[in-house]
Amino acid sequence: MPRQEQPYDDIPGTFVFDAERSRQGYGINMFCMSLMKDENRKAFKANEAQYLKQFPLTAAQTEAILKRDYNRMLELGGNIYFTAKLGATDGHSFQHLAALMTGSTQEDYAKMMLAGGRPIEGNRSKSEKRRG
Amino acid sequence: MARIVAGVTSSHVPAIGAAIDNKRTEEPYWKRVFSGFEKSKEWMARIRPDVVIVVYNDHASAFSVELIPTFALGCATEFPPTDEGWGPRPVPVVKGHPELAAHIAQSVILDEFDLTIVNKMTVDHGLTVPLNLVFGSPREWPCPVIPLAVNVVLYPPPTGHRCWMLGRALRKAVESYPEDLRVVVFGTGGMSHQISGPRAGLINSAFDKDFLDNLTRDPEKLVRIPHVEYMREAGAEGIELVMWLIMRGALDDDVEEVYRFYTVPASNTAVGHIILENGKFARRSKQ
Repeated sequence: MPRQEQPYDDIPGTFVFDAERSRQGYGINMFCMSLMKDENRKAFKANEAQYLKQFPLTAAQTEAILKRDYNRMLELGGNIYFTAKLGATDGHSFQHLAALMTGSTQEDYAKMMLAGGRPIEGNRSKSEKRRG
Repeated sequence: MARIVAGVTSSHVPAIGAAIDNKRTEEPYWKRVFSGFEKSKEWMARIRPDVVIVVYNDHASAFSVELIPTFALGCATEFPPTDEGWGPRPVPVVKGHPELAAHIAQSVILDEFDLTIVNKMTVDHGLTVPLNLVFGSPREWPCPVIPLAVNVVLYPPPTGHRCWMLGRALRKAVESYPEDLRVVVFGTGGMSHQISGPRAGLINSAFDKDFLDNLTRDPEKLVRIPHVEYMREAGAEGIELVMWLIMRGALDDDVEEVYRFYTVPASNTAVGHIILENGKFARRSKQ
């Protein structure tokens, strides 16, 4: 069944972690949860593809994890509080991940935050964003 | 009888906890954030609550995707800090108040709020960072804490109205507890922020300021904000603000705003903080 349209689908650059995504992304999130333990972090880093086989993941989900494609992980049902544990396993700060998801460098992202953050104007809806 | 004397709200940015733990609070970036809580610490030392109820959310720490309670009340005698992947935060173990918690559970469930009762749970930065901000870093937390965890991670969180009504039920529960206790309720999380996806970094100060104004003056207006508006205007994770409405619902209509602080940013987030005293209590304490 295709994903049902939701009122929040119109918010640009946002993947809402709803019941449907949660169902799809259970494997991604349980994998990330396993990284709370040091021995699991080591086992994952030793052989990533092999480690991932213990979780119910689709080929697309496995690929997104291996490629560290954080936006794709969210789209396929990952949740940021979980995927951040993967970032931490790689030794990255949260701001590093945020910059990555927005397609900017960490330095530019940090500058944007210090200057008051990403403005709401032009970022409310996809139609508003297109109008620019 | 026990009574709720005041409510406090505060953001719970994990980086604030890291700044405390790594002793970076004097750096200019962080000093800007922490200086906004100096007055709150003085206020807290004057109020000396016997118990605080902290409305907060867990961040894939105690609850994974295996179990997602909408409202979970901590009824244990203690709640150790969670190992969030870097070792547990070096903060004191949070001591509960199991007698009052059990009384609250019984009262609000009969008031038709189907709480999950938690007798074993760790608590993450969502709970401990707000405690640090208003209590500092003591060897022991100065009073027992009852954690009330709200799901704001999986959409949909409870509605603003539901949160408000739970606050009302919480007040009724506290006021029917026979022991003389002074209770302060914390609403945590927020304010505007988005930490996921290409729109990460969103901040909406105009929304936040309105929210703070209305929290004091016209909270019923906030109660009607639909989820999609929070996510659109305050960022996907800004929806945490519904937790503040539990705090506000637990207070009287008539409140006095004692203090307010707002700054952007702490890491990816707008930090908002407000202290509201119940009007009756505020007037009495001035006499």
